[in-house]
Amino acid sequence: MVAETTRPQEVMRSGHSACPGCGVAMGMRMVLRALGTRSVVVMVPSCVSIISGPYPNAALNVPVFHSAFEVAAPTAAGISNAFKVQGIDDIPVLAFAGDGGTFDIGLQSLSGAADRNDDFIYVCMDNEAYMNTGIQVSSATPRFAWTSTSPRGNTRRKKQIMEIMAAHRIPYAATACIGFPDDLEKKVERAKEVRGTRFLHLLSPCPTGWKMAEHMAPKSAVAAVETNIFPLYEIVDGVQYTITHISKGLPVETYLSLQGRYEHLGAEEIRSIQSEADRTWADLHKKDR
Amino acid sequence: MEKRKMLTGNYAAAHGARLARVEVVPVYPITPQTHIMEKMAAFVESGELDAEFVPVESEHSAMAVAIAAQATGARTFTASSAQGLVYMHENLFVASGLRLPVVMAMVNRTIGPPTTICPDLGDSLDQRDTGWIQIYTESAQEAHDMIIQAYRVGEDERVLLPVGICFEGMIISHYMEPVEILDQEKVDLFLPPYRPEHVILDPDRPMSVHQLVLDDSYYTEYRYQQQVAMEAAKGVIREVDEVFGEAFGRRYGGLISTEMMEDAEVALLTLGSMASTARAVVNQLRKDEGIPIGLVKLRVFRPFPDAELRESLSNLKAVAVLERDVSIGAGGAVYLELAHCLRKRHDSPLLTNYIIGLGGRDVTFEEIKDIALNLFEERDAEVMTNPIRWYQVRGL
Repeated sequence: MVAETTRPQEVMRSGHSACPGCGVAMGMRMVLRALGTRSVVVMVPSCVSIISGPYPNAALNVPVFHSAFEVAAPTAAGISNAFKVQGIDDIPVLAFAGDGGTFDIGLQSLSGAADRNDDFIYVCMDNEAYMNTGIQVSSATPRFAWTSTSPRGNTRRKKQIMEIMAAHRIPYAATACIGFPDDLEKKVERAKEVRGTRFLHLLSPCPTGWKMAEHMAPKSAVAAVETNIFPLYEIVDGVQYTITHISKGLPVETYLSLQGRYEHLGAEEIRSIQSEADRTWADLHKKDR
Repeated sequence: MEKRKMLTGNYAAAHGARLARVEVVPVYPITPQTHIMEKMAAFVESGELDAEFVPVESEHSAMAVAIAAQATGARTFTASSAQGLVYMHENLFVASGLRLPVVMAMVNRTIGPPTTICPDLGDSLDQRDTGWIQIYTESAQEAHDMIIQAYRVGEDERVLLPVGICFEGMIISHYMEPVEILDQEKVDLFLPPYRPEHVILDPDRPMSVHQLVLDDSYYTEYRYQQQVAMEAAKGVIREVDEVFGEAFGRRYGGLISTEMMEDAEVALLTLGSMASTARAVVNQLRKDEGIPIGLVKLRVFRPFPDAELRESLSNLKAVAVLERDVSIGAGGAVYLELAHCLRKRHDSPLLTNYIIGLGGRDVTFEEIKDIALNLFEERDAEVMTNPIRWYQVRGL
C-alpha cells in the first residue's frame, strides 16, 4: 500500500463539472499537479472554463482568472508583467485555452505574446473541435473527421500549430497527451524550469465529440501516439527537436476505429491518413538530431 | 516644483500617466494616439518611469494585458483611438465588469469609413454602455490633470471602475499649449499607491475571478452594483476635483462647468474642444450684444450628470446642444440623454441639437455664433420644429 504522504498534491479537486470520461479534465489534473499550488491560472471560454466549475463552485485551489475567448496569452502576459514590476519571480503563470481559442480566434494574440517572449506557460487543450458549443469544426479538426459543421467529414488538414509556435523561436514547445502522464508531467516540469513563452500542445480526447464510450479517452490518446497521428516531442528554441517517445508505428486504423467520428471512412481516406502519419513521423525523425 | 512647458495634448497626457506612477503600459499604435505610446516607451527606457512597457500586437490585446495586470495589483495605463477603441470594445466590458480601475486616454478620432484621422467623438461615445467612466477635456492641461485625477476616482473603493479620459485628436492631441506639469511629490501625496483588496491574483488567497454563471443567480445584482458604483462616482468626481483644487490650485467644476448661467435665458451646451470656441462666442454676445446667454460644458458623460444639468438648465428658455457625434437614426448622443433627463418638466427649456464638426470639420467662431443667435431668436417658440439639425451639410 502506498503511503498517503507520497501522493502528489492535487490542484484540481473533485467536484468539477466535466462530462464523464473527459480527456480535458484528466489533462488539466496532470498539468496542474506538475505546476503546483503556488501559481496563477488563466482560462478562456472553453471546456476548461466549464470544467473548473461554474459559480458558486471552484474546482481549482489556485487563483483562476477567466478572460475573453481570444486573449489567453496576453492575459497571462499581463499577469506576469505585473509580477515582474512587483519583483515577484516565483509564481508561474499558466494559461489554458482550447483548440478554437488557440488555433483560431486566439492565434493572433498568442503570436504577439510569443513574439515578445512574454513569461508564461500556455497549454492548448486540443480536443479537435469546438466541443463546448456542441462539436463544430475548428482548424484543429483532422481531415475527414465528422463534426456538426463538417457532416460529411472535414475537408481541411489539421493546422500545424507546433510548426507555427516553433517559427516564433520560443524557448520551449512540446506535444503531450493524457495517454502518457509521465511524459506530460515531465514536460510541465521542464517548462517550469525556463522563462519566456512556453507552449504545450496537449491532445485531450473527447468521448462525446469523438463518439466514443466514456472510458475510451486514455486508450484513444495512447493509440494517437502509437500510430504516429500525434507524436510526442519537444522543441527547444524553435529549432532543436527531440522525440520523447518512440512509437510502435501501429496502423492508423488502430486509432481511427475507436472513434465514431471516423465511422464513414473508406479505404482511400484511411490510406491518405496513413501516408500523412508516415510522412509526419519521417519528417520528425529528420529534425530530431 | 511645477514646470511650465509647451506640450501637445498627447505629451501632456503621457506626463500625467508618468506622474501617476503607472506600472504596466500595454499599447498598440494608432493615429492620433501614437505619441502617447512613444512617450511612455521613452519614459520607461530612460528610467523616469519604473514600469513594464508592453508593445502588444493589437488594441484588443492591449486591454487584455491591462485587465490582467490590474487584477494582479499593478496600476495600468493605455491609450487608443477610433478603430482601435472599437476593436477593444469586448474587453472594455471585462475591465468594468471586474471592477478594475484601468485608465485609458481615449484620443478621439472619427470611425471610418470614410477613413480619416481627424476627430469626432463617435469612437468614445460608442463605448458608453461598457461601464467606463468617461471624462471629456478641452485642453492639454485638462487632459494632463484629469489622467491623474482618473486614478484617484477609479481606484476609490466606492467606485472601482475604469476611466476614459477623452480629448479630440489633432485639435488637442497634436497642437502645443503651455502646460503646467505637476510636481511628483505633490502628486504622490494626492494619489497613493494602488493597493486593491477586491480582486487580486494571489496564491496565498486564491479566488476564481470572472467564472461562468450558468443560472440567473446574481447577474442582475452584479450589474446593479456597477450602477451603484457609477452613481457613487458622481460624488467622488466632485470630491476629487475639490481635493485636486486644494493641492494644485485648479478646479474644473466636477461633472459640468457652467459660465454666465446666473441670468441666462438661453445656453449653449457642448463638450471637448468646442467648449473653448463656444466660450468666446458667449463672451462676445454678452459683451457686445447684451444677449443673456450662458455656456454649459459637459465634462462627464458617464455617469451622466442628470441632476446638475436639470439644476442649471431649468428655467432657461432654450438650449442648443452642439456635438461632434451622431447616433445614426436618432440624433446626437448627448442631446438624446439630455432630452431624456429634462423630460416632462414644466420648467424644461426648448432643446435643439446641432450635429456639427463630424470627421474633424472645423467648427468656427462664426458658426457657433450663428447657432447662438438662431437659438436666441427661437427662444419663445411653442415647440422646436425639427430639433435635430445637421449643421451646413454640403449639397443640401
